[in-house]
Amino acid sequence: MDNTQYELNKGLAQMLKGGVIMDVTTPEQAKIAEAAGACAVMALERIPADIRAAGGVSRMSDPKMIKGIQEAVSIPVMAKCRIGHFVEAQILEAIEIDYIDESEVLSPADDVYHIDKTKFKVPFVCGARDLGEALRRINEGASMIRTKGEPGTGDVVQAVRHMRKMNAEIRKIVSMREDELFEEAKQLQVPYHLVQYVHENGKLPVVNFAAGGVATPADAALMMQLGAEGVFVGSGIFKSGDPAKRAAAIVQAVTNYTDSALIAKLSEDLGEAMVGINENEIKLIMEERGQ
Amino acid sequence: MRIGILAVQGAFIEHEKILTSLGHECVELRQKSDITNIDGLVLPGGESTVQGKLLRDLDMFDDIKARIDDGIPVLATCAGLILLSEKISNDANTYFATLPVTVKRNAYGRQLGSFEQVADFAGIGPVKMTFIRAPYIEKANDNVNILATIDGNIVATKYKNQIGLAFHPELGDDIRIHQMFCDLM
Repeated sequence: MDNTQYELNKGLAQMLKGGVIMDVTTPEQAKIAEAAGACAVMALERIPADIRAAGGVSRMSDPKMIKGIQEAVSIPVMAKCRIGHFVEAQILEAIEIDYIDESEVLSPADDVYHIDKTKFKVPFVCGARDLGEALRRINEGASMIRTKGEPGTGDVVQAVRHMRKMNAEIRKIVSMREDELFEEAKQLQVPYHLVQYVHENGKLPVVNFAAGGVATPADAALMMQLGAEGVFVGSGIFKSGDPAKRAAAIVQAVTNYTDSALIAKLSEDLGEAMVGINENEIKLIMEERGQ
Repeated sequence: MRIGILAVQGAFIEHEKILTSLGHECVELRQKSDITNIDGLVLPGGESTVQGKLLRDLDMFDDIKARIDDGIPVLATCAGLILLSEKISNDANTYFATLPVTVKRNAYGRQLGSFEQVADFAGIGPVKMTFIRAPYIEKANDNVNILATIDGNIVATKYKNQIGLAFHPELGDDIRIHQMFCDLM
């Protein structure tokens, strides 16, 4: 991937800012998401909550199913490949997906190496729990970052933890003396030039979204107030009582994330939220995949 | 000058940074009550379907359309161009429909079709243009000024108070197009 392509790929993430990216499993769901105001959809066979329930190995979705979703909507379509599975990524690039999510939601294909994303023309988004993970993924070629959170739980606690941690680490680097950055790069296990960028700009060099466990308009607004530039909602929408209404409410809450009177109104009569599982009740910790 | 920047979704901060650096005050338009006394309007890139829906859901549409009809200077990029266009050839929806052109959404295909190219921009000269899942204008009325074309397709226009661009001048460090917009105020 040349530098121009990387800039174009970072640019697409910039266009998604202030928006909500929704998990969908069928063309019908994709149309509901688009009509509700999703800025992109993530095409996958099973949403994280169902992946969790089903157990076993979870892989890239059937390309035919993804193509069906690409034909159903006009907004960008993303899809997930397994961590380290560069052939799944090649397949997704071949069907002209708009963004690949190298995702811990699927079973990792490689327990050491991530995909060398610089070898692709198509953009990648990757999950991160802290600044070190985020900068390592960016060094590998990711043009967008999202918190990992804990997918498929409906519990926002880990997304909050990851966003707070990342931003606290960024603030720390901003306040450092320049001669302390070399050691910080060593501690974070990331290249010096990325630490230097954070020091000078007070932010990641790419767009940073929140993901994992967002289930309500209030959750989405919470993540935005904590510094997210947009929100992924996975199981939270289509595992709820009234997906179209909940999706539209989350979209508006992300735009007006500091207007509590509006968010109060948006939170009324949304029907049942996804039941969710508490972080202490889960056996499979997806956030620990790929570090 | 006080410039209203539509901030319901998309890359509005990039415009804000450039216009602030040119000495203007920027106000983010996120709901109806934000639309007060503004001298200029920016419709940024993003997803036109999302922006169009939020303009209606948040009851902002009529107020903004009235400002455009009144002749406030408008700079619209990518999704913003779609919001302004009178017709969209591959979509039944239209939004403000104040710019007499027919636009094609996602005219260059998906993200793998996104590109960067230097082309001549009337009154400015060669400009590096960034196209991301971009539209282009298929047809423009005779009274629309065509400012730039690429491979025969129109990518920049001016009509009365409205500048409509298929590309993203807010993504680089070239401020000449923003300056041209500011000169209209």
